[in-house]
Amino acid sequence: MPEDKPDQKPASPPPPAAGEKPAAAAAPPKPAGEPAKPATPAKPAGPVPQPWESEMVERFCRRFGSGIDPKTYLGQNYIVADPSIVYQLLQMLRDSEQFDYCVDVTAVHYPQRKDQEFDVVWILYSFPRNERVRVKTMLKDGDPAPSVVALWGTANWLERECYDMFGIRFEGHPDLRRILLPDGWKGHPLRKEYGITQQDSEWVKLNLGIESGQ
Amino acid sequence: MADFSNYLNSNLTPGQAGAHLWVVIYILIIFAAVSLAVIAMNWLERKILAHMQVRLGPMRVGPHGLLQPIADALKLLIKEDIIPENADKLVFWMAPLVVVITAFTTYIVIPFGPTHAVTDMNIGILFMLGVASLGTLGIIMAGWASNSHYPLLGSLRSSAQMVSYEVAMGMAAVSAILMTSLRGTGVYGIGSPTADAIGTLSMIEIVRAQMNQHVWFVFKFFPLGLAAFGIFAIAMVAETNRAPFDLPEAESELTAGFHTEYSGFRWSLFFLAEYAAMIAVSSIAVTLWLGGWLRPFPHWLSGDAWDTAFSIFPAFTFFVLAGMALRTTVRMPKHPYFKIQKAGLGVFGLLLGGIGLVLLVPPVRDRVQDIYWFAIKVAAFMYLYIWYRGTFPRYRFDQLMRLGWKFMIPTGIGVLIATALVGVL
Amino acid sequence: MADILKSEQSPSSVEHIEAEKGVDQPFLDATELILNMGPQHPSTHGVLRVILKLDGEKVLNTECVIGYLHRGVEKIAEHRTYAMFNPYVDRMDYVAAVSNGLGYCEAVEKLLNVEAPPRAQWVRTILTELNRIASHQLWLGTHALDIGAITPLFYTFRDREEILKIFEKYCGARLTTHAFRIGGCLYETYDGFEQDVKKFCDFVTPKVDEYETLLTTNRIWLERTKGVGVLKAEDCIDLGVTGPVLRASGVKWDLRKAQPYAAYKNFEFDIPTGQNGDTYDRYLVRVAEMRQALRIIRQAVDSIPEGPIMGKVPKVMKPPVGEIYHSIEAPKGELGYFIVSDGSTQPYRVRVRPPSFVNLQALSKMVEGALVADVVAVIGTLDIVLGEVDR
Repeated sequence: MPEDKPDQKPASPPPPAAGEKPAAAAAPPKPAGEPAKPATPAKPAGPVPQPWESEMVERFCRRFGSGIDPKTYLGQNYIVADPSIVYQLLQMLRDSEQFDYCVDVTAVHYPQRKDQEFDVVWILYSFPRNERVRVKTMLKDGDPAPSVVALWGTANWLERECYDMFGIRFEGHPDLRRILLPDGWKGHPLRKEYGITQQDSEWVKLNLGIESGQ
Repeated sequence: MADFSNYLNSNLTPGQAGAHLWVVIYILIIFAAVSLAVIAMNWLERKILAHMQVRLGPMRVGPHGLLQPIADALKLLIKEDIIPENADKLVFWMAPLVVVITAFTTYIVIPFGPTHAVTDMNIGILFMLGVASLGTLGIIMAGWASNSHYPLLGSLRSSAQMVSYEVAMGMAAVSAILMTSLRGTGVYGIGSPTADAIGTLSMIEIVRAQMNQHVWFVFKFFPLGLAAFGIFAIAMVAETNRAPFDLPEAESELTAGFHTEYSGFRWSLFFLAEYAAMIAVSSIAVTLWLGGWLRPFPHWLSGDAWDTAFSIFPAFTFFVLAGMALRTTVRMPKHPYFKIQKAGLGVFGLLLGGIGLVLLVPPVRDRVQDIYWFAIKVAAFMYLYIWYRGTFPRYRFDQLMRLGWKFMIPTGIGVLIATALVGVL
Repeated sequence: MADILKSEQSPSSVEHIEAEKGVDQPFLDATELILNMGPQHPSTHGVLRVILKLDGEKVLNTECVIGYLHRGVEKIAEHRTYAMFNPYVDRMDYVAAVSNGLGYCEAVEKLLNVEAPPRAQWVRTILTELNRIASHQLWLGTHALDIGAITPLFYTFRDREEILKIFEKYCGARLTTHAFRIGGCLYETYDGFEQDVKKFCDFVTPKVDEYETLLTTNRIWLERTKGVGVLKAEDCIDLGVTGPVLRASGVKWDLRKAQPYAAYKNFEFDIPTGQNGDTYDRYLVRVAEMRQALRIIRQAVDSIPEGPIMGKVPKVMKPPVGEIYHSIEAPKGELGYFIVSDGSTQPYRVRVRPPSFVNLQALSKMVEGALVADVVAVIGTLDIVLGEVDR
C-alpha cells in the first residue's frame, strides 16, 4: 500500500527507508562497534562508546587477546568478539562469570558492510551480579553463527526466530526451522533488502488461494 | 370409552390399570411437560447464572429475556444441519436419537404422585438406572461417528466417567432400597419404629415406604441416609456430565467434547437430553431420599387444617411468581419501546395468577399437590446444578476417576454395610 | 519429538495437505494420538496452535506452532520514525499496552540521552501499575475459565473495567492506549485523576479478596493447580522464563527492584515469591502482585510531584548513532527493547524481547507427562498474549 514504495524488486544495498539516509548509512557501521575508530564520530554531538574496563574484561583479554573489544555506551557494556572465539567467550561468561540468563539472541543486518553483513547480538544477564552484557559478533552473509542452545535453553526459539528473520544459520542448533513464518516461505523479512510489503507471493497463492495478501 | 373413564376412579397408575389410552395421554403430558421444563430450565439457568456472575443474562428477547429459549429453539431448528464428510453418517444420525430416547424413557417410572406415573414397575429403580446409563451409548456413538479427535476424547471420557459413577450411584441406591425393608430408627430415633417393612424396587412403593416409616430416607439411620444421599447427589452430577464433572464436553479443553461436530437440530437434541437427564436423575434422588411426592411433615403436622394449609402452597407459589411478574411490569422503563414487552409481561403475570386461582379450586388442589411437592424438590436440585456450575472449577480426568473409585465407591459400600448392620441390630 | 510432528508442517503446501491426510493413517494400530489444539480453540488464548502427541489423555510431546498473528512489528519499526512507531508497540501485548509503551519510550529516551521529568515518571508508574492489575485480572479470569470456573471471569472483568475507565479518561483510549510519548507524557492528568485512582484502589482491594474466596481454598482449584506444570528455578533461568512464573519458582527477581526504572525506586513494595513453581504458586504470586501494585499506586498517587509532564525532546528525533537495550518488568516478564540507531529519524533496527514468546518455550517442558486438561491450565498459567508472541 502506498505508504512506502511497494518494493517490487528491492535492490540489495538500500538501507532502511527512502530519502536522507545514504549519508548516515555511509558512516554508521560504527554502532556495530567497529573497533578501530571511536575517535572519529559521525556526529560529535552524541556520546561515543568508551572502552570498558573491569576485572572481568581483563580476564577475557588475557584469554582472548585482541579477539575481543569490550566497550561501554550510555552505561551499557558490550563486547565485540571475533566469530571464531565468540562461542568460547559466551561459554566463559556463563560458566565462570555467572551470566546465567540469556535474555535475547538477535541480529542486525548491515548490507553495505562488505563481508560483515550481520551483527549477531547476545544479550546476557547475571542474576547474582545484577549485570547485563551484550556480546556481539560480525558475520559474513552465509556464515554460520555458533548456537548456544547447549548453554542456555532459551536460545532455542530465539535462534530459530533469528534464522527465520535473517537467514542466519546457527550451527549446532537441534531443530533449526522457521518459527514465525510458515515453513515453505521464501525470504527472510528482516533483511534490509526485503521490502516492507514484500511477500512470498507463490506461497500465498498456493496456500491461501489468493493473489496477494495486500 | 368405559375403560377411559373408569380409570379416573381407580387408584392405580395407567400402566397398572391397563388403560392404554391413558398411558398415551400420560406419555404425551410428560413429554410436553419435560420439554417445557427444559425450556424453562434453559432460561432459568442463564438468568440465575448471570445474576451469580454480576450480569443480567438475556434481556432483549421478550421482557427479561423470557422468550429467549423460544428464539434459541427456533434458531437451532432453522440452522444448517452439518454432517461432516468423513463421519459415519448412520451412527452420526442415530446418536442424538439414542440419547434423547433414553433420557425420556426413564420418565416412564418416575412417580410424580401416587397415581401420577405412566406405570409402576416392580423393578422401577433398576429400570431407571439401566436406561439412564444407556445414554452413554449415544454419547460414545456421537464421539465415534464424528470421526474427529475432540469428540472421540470426549466420548471416551464420558464412558469411563459414567461407568465408574454408575457403581457409586448403584451402591447408594441399594442402601435406600435396603432401608425400605428395615424397620429400625437408628441411634437418633428418627421415624416410626412400628412401621411395616417391605423390601421393594418399585418407585411408588419406595415413596410409600417412606410415608409408612414416617421418615424421608435421607434422615433414616441419621448419618447413613445422608451419606448415601450425598454420594448419590455427587454421582448424579457426574452421571449427567454437568459441572464440575463436565469433562466430556469440557469446552476449554475439548472445545465441545462429544458434540463438537453437531449443529442445529441434532445439537439441540443433545441439549434436550442433557436437561431431561438432569431432571430424571434428580427425580430418582427425590424419590429415593426426599420422600418423592410427600409434603413436608405428613405425620407430625397432620390433620385437615394442615392438609388444607399445605394444599394452598401450589397456588401460593404461582401467586408469588405472578406478583414478581407484575412488579417487574410496573417497574419497566416508561419508554414507548417497552410497550409491547410491558403488556406481554403483564399478561404473563395475570396468566400465572390465573393458574394460581385455578389451583385453589379444591378438586384441582388435591390432585395437583403431589406433583407440586415433587416438582419443587426437583427444582431445588436443578438450582443446585446451576449453583455448582457457577462455583466450581472442573475436575481433571484422573482426579475424577480417583474421586469415583477411591472415595465414592468405598464410601458407598461402607454406607451400605453400615445400613444393613444398623437395620439388623 | 519433531519427527512425527514434522509431518504436520512440511514445507510445500501440496505435501502439507498430503501429510495432513496421512496423519490418521496408522490411527487404529498406533497407541498414540496426535491432537491438534488450535489455532482456533477456546483456551489457547488467541491463535496459538499446540500439537499434542497423546497416549490416551497423557501428553507425550508437544509442539507449539506460532506466527499466526505475525505482523512484522520489527520490520515496520524500521520504516517509521521513532515517534510514529510508538503506537505500534501497544499492539503487541494488547492487554498491557501501557507497559509496552513505557518500555519503548524509556528505551528511546535512553538512546536520546534524555530523561522524562519526575511528574511524568510518576504518572507513568501509576498507569503502568494500573495496567499490571488489569493484565493480571484478565489473566485470572481467563485462567480460571480454562480450569472450568466461569464466575471469576466476570468478577475480574467488572473490576478491570474501572481501570479502563481511568485510561479512557486520561488518554481517550481503553486498550491500546498510546499513553506515553518519548520524553514524558503528552497529556497532563485530568482533574480528579488522583481521586479516581484512589477510589479505584479502595474499590478493588476487597475485590481481590473476593477472587481469593472463590479460588484460593477451593478444593477442586487446589487439585487442578497444585503440582501442575512445575517449573524449577534452574529450569526457569535456563529457559529464560521471567516475570511471575520465575518468581513463583522462588527466584526473588523483579526488574523494578533489580534495575529500577521510571519512579519505582521511590516506592516501597515487596516481591511476592512462591516455592514450588507450580500453577497454584503462580496464581498466588499474581494475586499478591495485584496487591503490591495497589500499594505502589497508593504511594505514587500521594506523592505526584509538580512540574512539567513533558521533557525537552527535539521535534525531529535523531538519536546519535548507537544501540541500546532497555527492559522493564511487564506483567508477563522482562520486556526488552534493543534499538539500533543510525543517526537518522528512523530506527535502524528495533528488536523486541517479548516475555510471552520466551515463556511459551517452557510449555513443552511443563506439560510433559501431564494430561490434556493440564495443557490448558499451563497455557493459562504462562499468561501469554499471542500478539506479543507473534509480534
